[in-house]
Amino acid sequence: MVWKYKKIIKEIVFYSVCLIVAFCCLFPFYWAVVSSFRDSSNLFSTELLPSKITFDNYKEVFSDVTFGCSFLNSGVVAVCTALLTLAVCLFAAYPLARAKFRGKKRFLMAALGVTTLPHVAVLSGLFELIRFLDIYNEKSALILSYMIITVPFTLWTLTNFMRNIPKEIEEAAIMDGASRYEILTKVFLPILKPAIVTTGLLAFIAAWNEFLFALTFTLTNQSRTVPVSLALFSGASQHELPWGLIMAASVLVTLPLIVLVVVFQRKIVAGLTAGAIKG
Amino acid sequence: MKFFHPQKFKKRQVSYAAKYLNWLFLTPCLLTLIICAGWPLIRTISFGFTDATLDNLSDISFVGVDNFVAIARDQDWWKAVLNTFVIAIVSVPLETIFGMVIALILHRNFKGRGWMRAIVLVPWTIPTIVSARMWAWMLNDSYGIINDLLIRMSVIKEPIPWIASNALSIVSIILVDVWKTTPYMALLLLAGLQSLPQDCFEAAEVDSIPFRTTFKSIILPLMKPTIIVAMIFRTLDAVRIFDLVYILSSGNNENATMSVYSRRFLVDYADVGYGSAAATVLLFFVAFLSILYISFNQKKLREMS
Repeated sequence: MVWKYKKIIKEIVFYSVCLIVAFCCLFPFYWAVVSSFRDSSNLFSTELLPSKITFDNYKEVFSDVTFGCSFLNSGVVAVCTALLTLAVCLFAAYPLARAKFRGKKRFLMAALGVTTLPHVAVLSGLFELIRFLDIYNEKSALILSYMIITVPFTLWTLTNFMRNIPKEIEEAAIMDGASRYEILTKVFLPILKPAIVTTGLLAFIAAWNEFLFALTFTLTNQSRTVPVSLALFSGASQHELPWGLIMAASVLVTLPLIVLVVVFQRKIVAGLTAGAIKG
Repeated sequence: MKFFHPQKFKKRQVSYAAKYLNWLFLTPCLLTLIICAGWPLIRTISFGFTDATLDNLSDISFVGVDNFVAIARDQDWWKAVLNTFVIAIVSVPLETIFGMVIALILHRNFKGRGWMRAIVLVPWTIPTIVSARMWAWMLNDSYGIINDLLIRMSVIKEPIPWIASNALSIVSIILVDVWKTTPYMALLLLAGLQSLPQDCFEAAEVDSIPFRTTFKSIILPLMKPTIIVAMIFRTLDAVRIFDLVYILSSGNNENATMSVYSRRFLVDYADVGYGSAAATVLLFFVAFLSILYISFNQKKLREMS
């Protein structure tokens, strides 16, 4: 009896910890959602449930041309970065995962080193490069700079996934006379589909959230990405920020990501942990 | 297959071709890394020894270590160094502890584990700028819900200026950073937990050993390498913190971190030489940690090559 009693208490403790964790994780976002539905007279109320729901903030966000622009910019930049990163890394991961050659370890180590770079340490060099290429204030400048973040990490993750494909599959393909290119595109690519979805998604999220480069390499409202316009969003006067509007915009920026994460959570967890960062 | 000589001969030819193919496949990636990371890095370091400005990056003159000397004499720089290290030293251990709790929860097989995993990922998913804005709203001194709750629970009498006050805004930055990155830490630790031999957990449970003992004498020692690598990785990340500080310190000098300081000189004051020199110093701070991180990954590297 005592034993059972103890077990019940244990379960209660466990589930309460779960509840506390869930509350801490979700409450800030919940609060942003609630605030975004308040009109300006109720904005400062601290009731947990809004008494009156209004969509005014959202209407205003959608009517704001700048914000629409930045939403589009973020989407285009993030998709291009993810696709380009995948293309580059898929080719590189093949020899890194399957072949033995000199310089391989050094290559992987260099990629690992790049993940640890403080981004501000490449800022002025990149600035010069971007100006030289004449792409300042353009999307290609952002895509170029985002590759620093996405490539090393994607390379490690894909190499890791590719290493786990059984040797026999590759050997069978070689016996059938497939070239290396064919092995990669026709044999490995279908097997790696889940890994590609995961790493692509992670690259997309990283690019969607990036701030430092986007802040530095864009100048006009039309070319900004969402995080930058959100950061530079300010009302008529400096001291009175349009909080309702900011919260509405924040919710809109975050929703696509939350949907992606909830749908792909199992895959994302696998991708995050299969990468470089494992003991 | 040993006696199959023609095959052997052919194989040698294939492998010769393959060697050049290896590098052909690697070229796009190598070029990307050189163009996006290697070259800009070298340029930044060399700009640090010049008087380059944002409008004039080409007609520059060598000024030796002048920039570095000026940085060493700047009080704001040392404040930035201190802030950066305070943030890293406080937030990384907190993240490790909370991350461990969450990892242990997610490791257990219970109803609703999938939901829990999705919920825990939410703070990680939310863009940093959005998190900063959300928390700035919740911590707002006159209208924020946190002050309101604390006053209603009569913990405090006067609203606390979480962001307006310099000392407290560091606390806020750490709070938001912990909130945002704990999920990631939890996932890293969870991966470590899952790679441990699972039968020792089962054995401990069958023998009804109290969880505290299991944790102390089985989980912690076995997890040590994972925890160390995860902590180093997170420290590297925390030392270069930029976005959160940029939003939550509302542009004042007192709370700048090394990244914010460097960028301010580089872009806002257009002093590329000085800003690059500051970024280079940050790079050297990080280099030590990087080397440590890479050497901890040696085992994995050896496995791969």
